[in-house]
Amino acid sequence: MNHGALSRWLPWVVVGLFALFPLLESTFYTQLVTKVLIMAIFAMSLDLLVGYTGLVSFGHAAYFGLAGYALALMGPKYEAASLWWTLPASLGICVVFALVTGLLVLRTRGIYFIMVTLAFAQMLFFIFHDTKLGGGSDGIYIYAKPTMNLGETVLVNLEKLDQFYWLVLAFTAASFFLLRRILGSSFGRTLVGIKVNEHRMRALGFPVFRYQLASFALAGALGGLAGYLAAVQFGFVNPEILSWHQSGMVLMMVILGGMGTLHGAVLGAFAFVLLQEVLSNQAWFGVAAKHWQLAMGILIMLVALYLPQGLAGLMNSFRRKPQVEAEEGADG
Amino acid sequence: MDLAFILIQLLNGLQYGLLLFLVSSGLTLVFGIMGIINLAHGSFYMVGAYLAWSLASMTGNLATAIAIAIPLTVVLGMALEKLLFRQLYTRDHLYQVLLTYGLILVFEELRSIIWGDDVHGVAVPALLNASIPLTENLSYPVYRLAISGVCLLLALALYLLIQKTRLGMMIRAGASNRDMVQSLGIDIKLIYTLVFAMGVALAAFAGMINAPLSSVTPNMGSHVLIICFVVVVIGGIGSVKGAMAASLMIGLAETFGQVLVPDFAGMIVYVLMAVVLVWRPEGLFGRK
Amino acid sequence: MSQNDKDVFARRGFLKGTAAIAGATAVGTLLPSTVMAQQTKLKIGLMLPYTGTFAQLGVAITNGFKLAIDERGGKLAGREIEFVTVDDESNPAKAPENVNKLVQRDKVDVVIGTVHSGVVMGMAKVLKESGTLWINPNGGAGAMTGAMCAPNFFRTSFSNWQTTHALGKVLKAKGHKTAVFITWKYAAGEEMMEGFKEGFEKEGGKLVKELYTPFPQVEFQALLTEIASIKPDAVVAFFAGGGAAKFLKDYQAAGLKGKIPLYGSGFLTDGVLDAVGDAGEGVETTLHYADGLDTKKDKAFRLAYAKTFKLQPDVYAVQGYDAGQLLAAGLDAVKGNVADKAGVIKGMEAAKIDSPRGQWTLSKAHNPVQDMYLRKVVGKENKTMGVAWKALADPARGCKA
Repeated sequence: MNHGALSRWLPWVVVGLFALFPLLESTFYTQLVTKVLIMAIFAMSLDLLVGYTGLVSFGHAAYFGLAGYALALMGPKYEAASLWWTLPASLGICVVFALVTGLLVLRTRGIYFIMVTLAFAQMLFFIFHDTKLGGGSDGIYIYAKPTMNLGETVLVNLEKLDQFYWLVLAFTAASFFLLRRILGSSFGRTLVGIKVNEHRMRALGFPVFRYQLASFALAGALGGLAGYLAAVQFGFVNPEILSWHQSGMVLMMVILGGMGTLHGAVLGAFAFVLLQEVLSNQAWFGVAAKHWQLAMGILIMLVALYLPQGLAGLMNSFRRKPQVEAEEGADG
Repeated sequence: MDLAFILIQLLNGLQYGLLLFLVSSGLTLVFGIMGIINLAHGSFYMVGAYLAWSLASMTGNLATAIAIAIPLTVVLGMALEKLLFRQLYTRDHLYQVLLTYGLILVFEELRSIIWGDDVHGVAVPALLNASIPLTENLSYPVYRLAISGVCLLLALALYLLIQKTRLGMMIRAGASNRDMVQSLGIDIKLIYTLVFAMGVALAAFAGMINAPLSSVTPNMGSHVLIICFVVVVIGGIGSVKGAMAASLMIGLAETFGQVLVPDFAGMIVYVLMAVVLVWRPEGLFGRK
Repeated sequence: MSQNDKDVFARRGFLKGTAAIAGATAVGTLLPSTVMAQQTKLKIGLMLPYTGTFAQLGVAITNGFKLAIDERGGKLAGREIEFVTVDDESNPAKAPENVNKLVQRDKVDVVIGTVHSGVVMGMAKVLKESGTLWINPNGGAGAMTGAMCAPNFFRTSFSNWQTTHALGKVLKAKGHKTAVFITWKYAAGEEMMEGFKEGFEKEGGKLVKELYTPFPQVEFQALLTEIASIKPDAVVAFFAGGGAAKFLKDYQAAGLKGKIPLYGSGFLTDGVLDAVGDAGEGVETTLHYADGLDTKKDKAFRLAYAKTFKLQPDVYAVQGYDAGQLLAAGLDAVKGNVADKAGVIKGMEAAKIDSPRGQWTLSKAHNPVQDMYLRKVVGKENKTMGVAWKALADPARGCKA
C-alpha cells in the first residue's frame, strides 16, 4: 500500500476500531477513552494554532473552560437543556471571545504573544474564580446532561455511556477530517506560508492578520467543542479547567505528539494520558508512583531537548525516506 | 475609610509591590538578556521559602538560615544555567515553555520528596517581632517594614550594578547585541551564568524573607509566577525600571482592589495588563 | 494537569472480581440471600485526601473509621471488610472521576468521604445518579443535605451553617451589637457566614461587613487594616489549618487582639494551638466537639485512639469514628445484607449514635442533630464552656426528599 492510500484509509480504520471499543463492556475504560478523545479534539484545535499558524498560545484553556461554563450557565438548573442550541451557542461564545481577544493579541509576537494569551485566560479564570457568576472557586454542577432529540424521539441519549462515547468519537473524527480538509485547501497552505515567513506572505499581498484571526477563531471554536463535551461528561465545571495548568497540559500533548501533524495531536493526547496511567501505577512502581510527576517532568524535558518533532516525528524517521519527504511536502 | 487608613493601605500595597519586584526583576533580566521564557521562576521562589523554613527550624534562626541558603541558591542557579538553560538560547520559545514546564513538575516533586506536602509557618525573628501602634486599634508589624527596607536596598543595589558598573555595562550590551560583545572579547557565557544565578537568588531570597508573612506551601510558586509575568509584560521585557513601576502598580491595585471591589480583585491586574498593552504593546519601559 | 489513576492493579482485580460476582450470582439463585451476602466481603470505598493541605484530616478520619470497625472485631454485622482507597487530593475538578472509580470500577457497597466541600458536591452529583450508599465524615456543604439531599446520602459531621449559627446567641449575650465576618471566598466560608448572619440578626445584631480573601490565600494584611477602620464590636472568622494559624498570628501582630474580641467556628482554633503561641488565647468558638467534655464515652474513645495510633484524636477522628458507628447500625439492621439498601437506610435513620461528642440522631435530611459547644482557648486547649445551642438541626433548605 502506498503512502497516499495509507493516509487516506488509515484514519477511517482507526475510527472503525474505536467504534467497537464500548462493546468490551468496561464502563471505566469507556469513560477513560471518552476523556482521551475529548482531549484529542482539544489538542488538534491547539495544533492548528501552534503547528500550522505559528502562534504559540499559552491560554488555550480559556476556550475549553468558557464553553463548559456556557453550558453550565445556559441550561435550566435541574432540567436538561437541548444540545441543538446549547452547543452552537457555546461555540459561538468561544468564537466571539476569540475574535475580540484576537484583535488584541495578534498585534503581539513571540514572548509577548505567549504572555498575552496567558493573561486573557487568567482574566477569565479570575472572573469565574472570584465572582458569583459561576459558583466561585467551587465551580458548578450540570445536573442533567443535555438532550439530543429529534421531535419526540431521542436521537442520542447522552446519559448512556456508550452512546455518549460514540457521539464523542464522531465529533473527534469530524474535527480531524474537517481540519484535514481545511489545511489541505488554499486557506491552510496560506496559514503554513504565514508560519514559515510572515513578511513574505504580506509582501505577496495576503491579508495576514485576517488569516490569523480566522485560524484563531476556528481554534477557539474547536477548543470550545472539547470543553463542552468535557463538561457534559463530568457534569461539573470549576475554574481549574481554564487555569494555566490546563493550557500547559494541552500544549504538552501537542508537542509530545508532534506539532504540525493532526495525527500527532491525537497521538499526543493518548500518549500523555497513557503515560500518566503507567507512571502512577502503584502496582508497578510502588511508593514511587506517588511521585509520578517527577518522571513526567523529566520526560517532558527530554522531549523538549531531544525530540522536538514529537512522536509523529519519531514515527516518520522509521518510515522510508521518500514518504517523509512526501509528508513534509504536504505540510508545507 | 479615613485618610489614616488610606495611608496604611498604601503602605500595605507598597510592601507587597516591593516584594513582587524582587521576584520579577530576575525574571525580566533573564527574559531581556537571554531571551528565555522561564516558567520555573516561581519554583525558585518556592525553593527559597522551603530552604528558609527547613534551615530555620534546624538552626533556630531565620537570619542564619538565609545566610546559608543564599549561596545554595546561587549554586543552583549556575548549575541550571550551565546544564539546561544554555541549550535553549537558540531554540524556539515553544521549547523553552516545554522544558521549564517540565522543570516545574520536577521541582514540585523534589520538594515533595525532600520536604513533604505539609503547610509550614516560619516564625518572625524575635528581634523584629514587634508592632508599631498606628491608630487606636491598629499596629503595623515591624517585620513588614524591615523587609520593605531590604527590598528597597536591593533595588538600589541592582540599579547601581546595572547602570554604574563595568559588569552592568556588559550586561546591557549583551542584551542588545550578543555578537558585538563577544567580538570585544567579553565572555558572554559567563555573564549569562551570572545573570541567571542572580535571578534565581533574588527570587529565592524573596521566598525566604516572605516565608514568615505567607505560609510555606506546595505550589506556592505558581501564583507568584503568573503575577510576575504580568509585571514583566507591563513593565517591558528586560527593563528593571519597568519591573519596579509595574510591581508597585500591581501591589497597589491588588491591595485596594481587595478592599474596594473584592469580587474583581483577582482580575484587576489582568485588565491593567490588557490596557497597557493596547496603549503600549512593548510595555511601559520596553524597547520597540 | 495531574490525573490521578493510582490503581491499575485494583482494576485488574476488578476484572477477576466480575467473574467472581458472576459466579456468586449463579450460586445465589440456589441459596438464601443472606448466606450469599456473607460469602463476599463488604467493599468500602474511602475517598479522602491523603496528600495536600488536608492530608492530616484524611488520615484522622480513616483512623477513626477503622477504630470503630476494630471495636467490632474487624467486621460489620459479621461481614469481613475490604477497603478500596482513592486519594481525592481535595481537588473538585477530579471529584466526579475519582468517585466514579469507586462506584463503577471497584463496585463498592458504600462510599466514605470526604473533607473538601467542593469535592463533596462532586461526589453528590455522581452518587445521586448511582444510588450508592454514602456517608460523609466531614465536608459541610449545605446542599448535600439541602437541595441535593437523597435517601442514600448521610453525614456524620456538620453542615457549615451549623458551626456558626449558635455564635449569634453568644455574641448577643456578650453585648456585641456589630460584627465583621472574615473568611476564605469559597462555598464553605460563605455558608458559615450565612449561618452566623442569620443567627446574629435574629438576636438583633448587625453584620456590618463581610470580608473575603481567595481560597487558600493567607495574606490578611489589607483586610485586617479594613477591620481596624470599621471598628466593629466583634470579629467572627472561619479559617482552618495553616490559614487559621496564620490568621491568629496576624490578628495579634496587627494589634487587634485585645482590642476587638475574636470569635469563630471551631475550626479556627482546632489543631493549630501548638503553632500559634499565645495568639489564640481567649478566642471563643462554637463546634460540635471540645476538649474536656469529660464523658465516659469520650474518655474511652480518646484512650483507645491514642493507644492504637499513637496520636491524639481530634474532631475529624470523631467524625470518622461516628461514620463507622453509623454504618454498623445500618448493617446490623439488615444482618449484613447490604443488598437490602432500603433496610440499611432505615437502620441508619433510626440509629442513636453514642458519640464521643455526646449522643446525636439524624435529621430528616440525614445530617446530625447535635449540641453545639461554646469553647474558649485556654493554654493549648479548646476548653468547653458549656452548650451554646442544644440539639441544633440544620434547616435543610431545599431538601425535598
